[in-house]
Amino acid sequence: MSAAAESARTVLEPSPRTKWLSGAFVILYALVASIPLVWIFMTGFKTPQDAIHYPPKVFFDPSLEGYVNLFTTRTRQTPEYMASLPPAETWYDALVRTRNMVIAGPSPFGGRYVNSLIVGFGSTFLAVFLGTLAAYGFSRFKVPIKDDLLFFILSTRMMPPIAVAIPIYLMYRALGLSDTHLGLIILYTAVNISLAVWLLKGFIDEIPPEYEEAAMIDGYTRFQAFRMAVLPQAVTGIAATAIFCLIFSWNEYAFALLLTSGTAQTAPPFIPTIIGEGGLDWPAVGAGTTLFLLPIVVFTILLRKHLLRGITFGAVRK
Amino acid sequence: MTDATNIAPSGGVAQTERPQRSRTSPIIGAKLKGLSDRSIAWLFISPTILLLLAINIFPLIWAIYLSFTNYRANKPGVPVKWIGLRNYEQILSSEDIWGYLQVTAHFVVFSIALQVILGFGLALLINKRFKGHATWTTVILLPMMLSPAVVGYFWTYLFQPQAGIFNYIVGFFAGIAPDSFTMIGDVNLSPWAIVLVDTWMWTPYVMLICLAGLRSIPDYIYEAAEIDRASQWRQFWHITVPMVLPFLMLAVLFRAIENFKMFDMVVDLTSGGPGSATELASINLKREAFENWRTGYSSAFAIILFVTVFGAANIYVKFLNKVKQR
Repeated sequence: MSAAAESARTVLEPSPRTKWLSGAFVILYALVASIPLVWIFMTGFKTPQDAIHYPPKVFFDPSLEGYVNLFTTRTRQTPEYMASLPPAETWYDALVRTRNMVIAGPSPFGGRYVNSLIVGFGSTFLAVFLGTLAAYGFSRFKVPIKDDLLFFILSTRMMPPIAVAIPIYLMYRALGLSDTHLGLIILYTAVNISLAVWLLKGFIDEIPPEYEEAAMIDGYTRFQAFRMAVLPQAVTGIAATAIFCLIFSWNEYAFALLLTSGTAQTAPPFIPTIIGEGGLDWPAVGAGTTLFLLPIVVFTILLRKHLLRGITFGAVRK
Repeated sequence: MTDATNIAPSGGVAQTERPQRSRTSPIIGAKLKGLSDRSIAWLFISPTILLLLAINIFPLIWAIYLSFTNYRANKPGVPVKWIGLRNYEQILSSEDIWGYLQVTAHFVVFSIALQVILGFGLALLINKRFKGHATWTTVILLPMMLSPAVVGYFWTYLFQPQAGIFNYIVGFFAGIAPDSFTMIGDVNLSPWAIVLVDTWMWTPYVMLICLAGLRSIPDYIYEAAEIDRASQWRQFWHITVPMVLPFLMLAVLFRAIENFKMFDMVVDLTSGGPGSATELASINLKREAFENWRTGYSSAFAIILFVTVFGAANIYVKFLNKVKQR
């Protein structure tokens, strides 16, 4: 390395003081911005009294009441009836009984969470499967009006969902797809597929076509070459795309609200309906929110490197 | 379906004819197996195109048709009547609609302005690559990965005048009683409440795109500026800002489109209230479509909003391309 290059680099390197100050500001922002999340997480472990305490309680005795309330429905009983009961068999029975209540049954939250999983993973699988095929098609073959088709695929993402919500609602009602897992899966697949095609095309473009050509010279068909030479190399891209699709389907609210009412309803429209005795049950809301956010937080940490490409359709390259 | 059944036999045939294949070009070989590259391409692409036609284009055409009728989705028995442009006339001459559009414009402009300032600032700071910057960047990114509806809902808890942590912190620093104001119950404050939550949620997005812009600037430009003894300010205004501008404009475009159709976060935070202080166009649209069941009318409204977004986005992209070419 020449001396000139060396000196230029030291000129561009921020001074220790600049670094220290920048770090301090960024950390300050990160800490302040984290307060809402930390607070809602803490609320999940509060008692209903602590959750609406004034001034707000930063230190409190943790309780699992919020989580128990989230997963159960309870009925209030008279003290005489409570006294006549045999001793509680489980810790959550005992916890509920301290409030003069007995557990009546499971709450719908578990089912809603499972619906979110079914719809989320179902639509992600479909979007990634169809998206990989289409991306490979666009990446490797001469397709007439290719650019127009790619733009068409992208433009569907720009369309306000509310513009097509009414006809989709009518269409689903006519086809019997309202309030079904399949209905939501098809819809979320359609929303996700534009992202999947654009992202995956970027990833597949970077795999040299020589690999498949070599495989085809060895006598394999296009399909075999695609499966053996392209798919294994595109695995990271496929995984990143899948997580983006999953995050969208996991978080979607408007269509879930409009197209489902009971059997297929996902978790986001359900969380605002959690109501306890005498008003909103904030610890249960906190618990539900925490459980709902947890997978996304984990994915975000895993996904860090691919985030940029995902949110810009790969239009911005590092 | 017939195409799909063709795949398996041709794959099998390829195995048995391998020696013969190696004498010809692989592309011609593939064609000999009955399935040309072009038909494979269509086989791969068509499911995606068909799905998008069924779930996007067909409903859009249907919505355009409905916008010229007085159809009500809760009364399927009543015959659909073609009423021409009457829905559009009614919307464009309604003062309420202009009010909702004003609320929407306020929300879009102020939340994006805040996000640009904060996001660009944060990106500049993170680009100094202090120790541990990657970890803190990830922490900052979290809000934008969450469900807007759930975010909107738990902020109603943070905004509570009595027990909400937001009022307590603001009260503490501003030296006023925490329960003396309410962010989402006050006509004057609630528009700012949705701006605030949106900024909290989406600043990381703008930051991330700005960071990509900053990282795309080659070092040698700054090195040349150093040799010319350009001051830090001049370097910032004449190198950093112009180079990041296209990225920043892209972020603004994506955010503006998203915020214009914003629905979920605000519904759970204020549901348009108090009064119509936070009644965004999209919230009113949902109300007309699925509470008042004025299907034809709300279809017309949806088309108007759609055309507005598309038109504005197209003009903006032309402008963006000009900036890029400079």
